Parts: sequence; structure tokens; C-alpha cells
Amino acid sequence: MPQANNELINTASREDIDQWVAKYPADKKQSAVMAALRIVQDQNGCWLTTELMDAVADYLDMDKIHVYEVATFYSMYEHKPLGKHKICVCTNISCMVCGSGEIVAHLEDKLDIKMGETTEDNRFTLKEVECLGACSGAPMMQIGENYYENLDAEKIDTILDGLK
Amino acid sequence: MANEVCFRTLHLDEPWTLESYLSVGGYQSLKKILTEKIPAEDIIEQVKTSALRGRGGAGFPTGLKWSFMPRHSEGQKYIVCNSDEGEPGTCKDRDILRYNPHQLIEGMAIAGYCIGADTGYNYIRGEFWEPYSRFDNALKEAREAGYLGDKLFGSDFNFDAHSHLGGGAYICGEETALLESIEGKKGQPRFKPPFPAGFGLYGKPTTINNTETLASIPVIVEKGAQWFLEHGKPNNGGTKLFSVSGNLKRPGNYEIDMGTPFSELLEMCGGMKDGYKLKAVIPGGSSSPVIPGEQMMDVTMDYDSIQAAGSMLGSGAVIILDDNVCMVNALARLSHFYQEESCGQCTPCREGTGWISHIMHRIEHGYGKQEDIDLLDKVAGDIMGRTICALGEAASMPVKGFLKDYRDEFQYHIDHKKCMVGPGSK
Ligand SMILES: Cc1cc2nc3c(=O)[nH]c(=O)nc-3n(C[C@H](O)[C@H](O)[C@H](O)COP(=O)(O)O)c2cc1C
Ligand code: SF4
Ligand code: FES
Repeated sequence: MPQANNELINTASREDIDQWVAKYPADKKQSAVMAALRIVQDQNGCWLTTELMDAVADYLDMDKIHVYEVATFYSMYEHKPLGKHKICVCTNISCMVCGSGEIVAHLEDKLDIKMGETTEDNRFTLKEVECLGACSGAPMMQIGENYYENLDAEKIDTILDGLK
Repeated sequence: MANEVCFRTLHLDEPWTLESYLSVGGYQSLKKILTEKIPAEDIIEQVKTSALRGRGGAGFPTGLKWSFMPRHSEGQKYIVCNSDEGEPGTCKDRDILRYNPHQLIEGMAIAGYCIGADTGYNYIRGEFWEPYSRFDNALKEAREAGYLGDKLFGSDFNFDAHSHLGGGAYICGEETALLESIEGKKGQPRFKPPFPAGFGLYGKPTTINNTETLASIPVIVEKGAQWFLEHGKPNNGGTKLFSVSGNLKRPGNYEIDMGTPFSELLEMCGGMKDGYKLKAVIPGGSSSPVIPGEQMMDVTMDYDSIQAAGSMLGSGAVIILDDNVCMVNALARLSHFYQEESCGQCTPCREGTGWISHIMHRIEHGYGKQEDIDLLDKVAGDIMGRTICALGEAASMPVKGFLKDYRDEFQYHIDHKKCMVGPGSK
């Protein structure tokens, strides 16, 4: 197998990763692996390739297998391409009580896909997630870095129409 | 009066700035300790007297936890803040990070002083981008203003803190899984002993506390242990943040005295939304057993009272279930959650949570068999006490709770293949 080429990580990403590495003791670079995976995932759009994971292993002097373990354990790392906007809908208890069922139905209907699927134009992916810690604003969803709370059908329409 | 401790900046314009925090007396507790050279033992005594108990869920006395640290031993030690906030229903730490991040930083620094740590990490769940940004900005402000760094207030005490972002895994809220995660590994809980006070982050002595626990410290130091204690009741000191969710007029986070009647909290939330009736309450996050609404009306919001009612104050997440909620649907959803989040290390938890979720799915969708109800109870019982971490118990307790008071709804699902109440009953 060819040696992973950490040129795959661009300069901006490296600078970002280096800032995380600096937070931990000098001999504990591995602590930055979660941040590094997030950063290269963002650099790549929204998902991780094996090459990128290998590049992270290389960059942080880790065994590849340990990087894969981390990348598959945590739910925020994606292993296949998604739509431009990942819509994460919470369906856990507080959101369920406050009507996440209708929110899911509206989104599925509007985008004409099921949970876990991506629209044909690759603009949207719907993902069901566990409690996101915004329960008193239920029902809620996350798109990118933003939380949207106290949702109803009308509000969702406005939010989606406002996305580029 | 509400909002006197963790939310004391909430009424201000931009409550998260250093300027806002200083205007309510911010960083004065740390300054007082360091300039008056108050011994760490004295602060730990104060925290014990205040009866502050861990706000992360287990309710362990904070002063006692700090006293386990080998503070005089040489070598690196750590203070770690748990802002992973993943227990369904819980959304209070998010607001501390968003609206009062400096108070958490001051609390971490004081804790560091007490346990002999010069470094702190705050583990923030990965989805909390806005709270993380606020906290990180506050770190920057604090460093620039000299509240973090070397020789603070001219003393010999050095302290700095950093944030660590999670990646989406409820189990990382468990303190040893959280340490593994900071070390850059899968978040799988460690077998205990050894406990973190002896062998923690990178194998060094470590204290882990919840965000709300640490953010309470500066006010305890400022106003005194007695002041804090008197806001609650003996063994249940202080104020507490309650995250109230459900079909209420004003759901939200409320910081109130421990021991406040549940009925008053419900009133603060404006009562139920029109057209909804109170049916039951999950009083301390999804892992705590459900309590029927009528019974809850006689309970006060503190550790001992909720425990006497058969449940737990847990993380302080008060989930209101109304008369439209089918208890079978509710438990099926929670069981799915625990199955998803089990880290898989222990067979009883991995298999048991899967089994519970499978049986619940069956009952919910009308394929339940008569023996399933007893089977559920047995599977839940078989997990308890046989696992490395408390997620096993967390998955079992709701099962026991729902079956205790709402067995009839489970029976109805099996007999009629539909819900007894709510939209699914039609
Ligand atoms: C499965 C599981 C999840 C947990 N999640 C959290 C959490 O999100 N936040 C938290 O502070 N404590 C959580 N805890 C409790 C921690 O293990 C630990 O007891 C707590 O952070 C200690 O801080 P405290 O004493 O200040 O409460 C969790 C425990 C378990 C078993
Ligand atoms: S009890 Fe469950 S979550 Fe906890 S260590 Fe065991 S398998 Fe993992
Ligand atoms: S249950 Fe949906 S955010 Fe907590």
C-alpha cells in the first residue's frame, strides 16, 4: 500500500490542527485526532475518505487502525458523501413529545426523501439524531453549526428556503 | 428569587462577555483566595459545608470528591469539566456555556487550586458549536486579562484551561469514557478501580465535575457555604438548574432553590399548554424512573424528596409527559436510544439494551406477545449491577419505572395492537 500522503491536508487545515495539538501535552498529539478528523472532514465537504483518515494518522504519528476506530465510533464523522446541507433532526423524548414526528413527516414530504437519504440534486441529507441538548426548545434540528428550535412546518419552510 | 448562581449574568445585555461577568463580581473569588492565600483545605471544607452535590447526574458530594485528590503529591494533575450534556431532556450546561462562560472558567481555576492542578480541560459535546465558541472566546478574554496564565494575581498559582470538542457519543458523558476521548481514543468507559483521582487523564490524578457544579463554586466562595446551603435544604444544598421540556406554556431552564415544590416549578413554566393535561414526569433525565403526575405534585425538587418518590433528581432534566403521550411509544424511543449508545464492551449491556429495544419495537408495532412484559422486566433486571459503567442501569431504570405505573398501557398494546391514549389510539 502506498504511504499516506499528508499533502492531502491543506495548509489552512494543518494550521487549525496544530492549534489543537498545542492544547495537549507535547507527547500526547493523539488527543487532537477528533479535532483533526472534523477539520479534514470539513475540508472535504462533509465526509471522510480512507485517504484522509490515513493522512491524519500520518500527521499525528498514529497507527491507522486507531484513527479508523475513532472515526467510526463517533456519530459526527461521515463515511460516505452527503448532500450539501445535513439536516439533523432530533427525535428523542422531549422532541417526540413536542411533535418531532410531524417535523420528520414534513421534511420527508417536502424533500421527497426518507430519513437517512439524500435528495437527487445533492442539496439535502436527512439524518435522525439523538438528543442534541436543546430539549426545552423542542422540537429542534441542527443544520451545519446552527440549532433551530421550536420548529413547525412553516418555520422549516422559511429555514430551508433561506439556505444557499 | 431565581437565577442567583449559574445564571447570575442572564439579565445583562451580552451576558457572556468578560465585562458583564466583572460587573456581577466576576473573578473576585479567585482573587480573594489567591491574594489572601486561603488554604485549599479551607475552600474544600466550605464546599463540603455548602452541601453542593454533583450536578452531572450522580449527585456525589463535590467537596468530598475534591478531598480524594492527592493534592500535595508531586506531578501533573488535572481538572476536567464535563460539558458533554447528552442525557435526553437536559439542556442546562449549554446555557451556562452560552451565557456565563467566565463563571465556569473561574470555577475551574478555583477547583484547580484546591486539587493542585494547573491545567483544565472542558469537554464540550461536538454539536455545541455556538456554546463552544462562546467558551473559547471567554478563555481568550480571560488569558488576555490575566485571569488565566502564570502567577495569577501575583501568587504562585498557575492555571490554564482548554476546550475539547466531542464527536457525537452519549457515552462520553461517562467520566472515564470522557477521559479516553480526550486521549484521542474511542469513548469506552474504563473499569474502576482505579478511580480518576488516582489514575485519570493520561494516567494522572484527575477530578471530573459537571459544568453546573464547577460554575457554582465562585458564588459559594463569594457568598459563603451557609448562604448556598440555605438556598436548599440539608444534604441538598443550593440552587439547581432544571431543564423543563414538554408541552408547557414556557418550557426552559429555571434556576431555583433546591426543595422548591414541583407544583411551583410547573407554575413558573406557565403550566401546561392549552389542551394538554399533565400525565407524568420524568424528573431527572431520561434514565430516571417516571413518576405519575398526581404523585409528582406532592414532591419537592431535591435529591432526597425525588428519591423518596422512587426516582432520581439526576441531571435536573424535568420531562413533562402529557395525556397525548403513549407510554409504550415513549419507552420504545428511550430503549432505542440506549441500544444506539451502548459502547458494546459489556455483554449484559450490549445484548440487554438490544433485546429491550427489540421487544419494545415489537410491542409498539402490535406484534407483542403476552410473555413480553415479564420478559422486559427480567432483561432489564439482568443488566443491573453487571456492567462496567452506569449506562446499563440507565437503560434499565426507565423500563422498571414505566412498567411499575403504566403496565396497563403495555397490556393494551398487546391486546389491541394500538395505543391506549394519544393519536395512535384512533
Ligand atoms: C452513560 C452516562 C452518561 C453521562 N453523561 C453525563 C453528562 O453528559 N454530563 C455530566 O456532567 N455527567 C454525565 N455523567 C456522569 C459522569 O460520569 C460524572 O459522574 C459527572 O460528570 C461527575 O461530575 P459531578 O460530580 O459534578 O456531577 C454520565 C454518566 C453516565 C454513566
Ligand atoms: S455498561 Fe454499556 S455503555 Fe457502559 S461500558 Fe458496559 S457496554 Fe459500555
Ligand atoms: S430531546 Fe430533542 S434536543 Fe433533547
